[in-house]
Amino acid sequence: MSALRGGTGTVTVLLVLIFVVIATQNPSFFEGPPLMAFAKKAAPLVVLAIGQYLVIVSGEFDLSVGSLVGAQVVIAARLIDGDQAMTYPVIGLMLLFGLLVGLVNGLVTTLLKVPSIITTLGTMLILFGAVRYWTGGAPTGALSEDFRVFGRHGPDGVPVIGQLPWALVIAVVLTVGAILLMRSPYGRSLMATGDNDTAAAFSGVRVWRVRTLAFVGSSLMATVAAILIGGFAGVTAQVGEGLEFTAITAVVLGGVVLGGGRGTVVAAVLGALTVEALFTLFNQLYLPSTIQPTAQGLIIIAAVAYASRRGDLRLPERLRRRPDHPNERQLDSSRR
Amino acid sequence: MTRVVSASRNLRARTGTTGLVYVALVIVLVVSALFVAFQGGSLFTAANTVDLFTRSSLLGFLAIGQTLVILCRSLDLSVGYVAALSTMVAAITMAGDPSRIVLGVGVTLGLAALIGLVNGLVITKLRVNPFITTLGMGLIIKGYLDTRFQGPAGSIPAEFQMFGLSRVGVLPVSTLVMLALAVAVILFLRRSRTGFHMYAVGGDAEVARLSGIRPELPVITAHVLCSMTAGAAGLLLASRFGTGNSLVYNNGYELEAIAAVVLGGTYLLGGRGGVAGTVAGVFILATLDTVFNTLSVDPFVKDVLRGAIVIATVAIYARGQHTRAAVRLRFPSGGAPPSATGPPDPPTPPPPEPETAAQGGTR
Repeated sequence: MSALRGGTGTVTVLLVLIFVVIATQNPSFFEGPPLMAFAKKAAPLVVLAIGQYLVIVSGEFDLSVGSLVGAQVVIAARLIDGDQAMTYPVIGLMLLFGLLVGLVNGLVTTLLKVPSIITTLGTMLILFGAVRYWTGGAPTGALSEDFRVFGRHGPDGVPVIGQLPWALVIAVVLTVGAILLMRSPYGRSLMATGDNDTAAAFSGVRVWRVRTLAFVGSSLMATVAAILIGGFAGVTAQVGEGLEFTAITAVVLGGVVLGGGRGTVVAAVLGALTVEALFTLFNQLYLPSTIQPTAQGLIIIAAVAYASRRGDLRLPERLRRRPDHPNERQLDSSRR
Repeated sequence: MTRVVSASRNLRARTGTTGLVYVALVIVLVVSALFVAFQGGSLFTAANTVDLFTRSSLLGFLAIGQTLVILCRSLDLSVGYVAALSTMVAAITMAGDPSRIVLGVGVTLGLAALIGLVNGLVITKLRVNPFITTLGMGLIIKGYLDTRFQGPAGSIPAEFQMFGLSRVGVLPVSTLVMLALAVAVILFLRRSRTGFHMYAVGGDAEVARLSGIRPELPVITAHVLCSMTAGAAGLLLASRFGTGNSLVYNNGYELEAIAAVVLGGTYLLGGRGGVAGTVAGVFILATLDTVFNTLSVDPFVKDVLRGAIVIATVAIYARGQHTRAAVRLRFPSGGAPPSATGPPDPPTPPPPEPETAAQGGTR
């Protein structure tokens, strides 16, 4: 009940509203296969939003996910190069690479005390440049059929919906996993860290470790999203462009507060679905694709303005909610 | 009284960090010069110097405005889009007619100011997070530009192109204008009431409010000024291209400007820093670009190096900046007021009462 009073309520209403409009435009949208197609398309953003949620709720920011998705897809294409046998080794390698990027982001932010917006902006530039340098500007190679299964296919012959996309299964599993994670001691520490890292440190949370793990989670989620997007859409030089902002939009639309400590996984996932539903709606209304950013911009501002109308009425509090927190200085004292 | 004390503290913190930034700039220049010399070239040829100053002017405009916004603990991600829109508005309004230059400049800066005003009002009155507000504003402008224009439009009269192309010795006119603007903004921050209030609000909006400052005003002013400098950057771009080009928003100016501001030692959470440091940050980035250019580094490697250098430099500052003395200036936790009840200086757990009281306060 209390959850509905916060951002989750707003985003749910918005999502239902968009679905209703979509249904009036296209009554067959909810008839199984089209809905599954939507799920397939939305799954990567849901996965990314979960990752971004982990970082944002801990009071930080991950701008590198878009670049990382692009890098991973290009790496996969180059290394697999159409060879089925390479599929799983390369997926393993991609996960390792994601882990490494997350570790670097996390450790630089927590131990070197670089604001996360700068750290991840740096990794974004580095990944973007490195991958293009490696491939000579344009992606080379090809993905294997086995690799593309995750983003494209799934068990057929399921009653009502026809094909159950693997992408949906993966997104649901990860969502449930993230919900359970947030209820675990780690999740509680993460939330406490985002709310007030000084207090969390005094209560015995090893803030640097908690936050670093959040960055690792975000990078791993970006890797999974890359596998889904690569399978669904294939390899282009533009893969992943601007995804970091879409993911942040999704999370914030779900009422998760930039600055940390507030919001739920479910809200972030609903936010991702809302953004994706919005894109679908734009397509159905035959809006020129160029006007979509304008509508997207208006809607996020309006939604966040509406969400912040309720709740606290103290203005300075809002001004204080700044996205990034290079706020680990205090730990020096508590860590000796 | 409070204002005087906090202002003098700010000044000390500011000069300290700014000094460090200029040391970094000198180091970057010396290392770059040695490196280029080692490769058999020379960094300080007239062509390279002109190139360095030319690069710095555009980023300088954007970064000076961004500094004001960041000082107020806000952020502006829309500047690249505002600059792109400004090139269009300027080129279309001027339409190649020298007598319309003043009109073109006025309309462009006016529109930019209006966008900044909207940003500021949405952030302060509707209480939308600055990140979301300005990202949304950027998307709105991007949608408009993409829908309305398919390619370059309008035309800049030759007289106004002089702004982007002419120079005095090795100093381009645009760089001189940028430096003059920097001096003006430094004076504004150090002398004017609103300037002081920007530091106060960025330091702690609640304390500023309790001291009788209306926290909305400096934030709105900063956003208006930031958008106007983005408009000026757009004018500069237009005068260089000779036409309006909406695709310049793809260049990632907003992130580069933020990087320059942070390199310049301004604290991302507001309240500390200044334009003098930002100018040094701009020159550091411009020097790097010039060096990469001189050595004809692969553009993709350039991105890698730039990312690594920005992270490394900020990490080095972080070591110097976050000393105990600096921590005492402001409580660290951006999100929560608990620390406002008493900066938790000693490394002992605070008593539970203020903690719970403050917990209630945040809800």
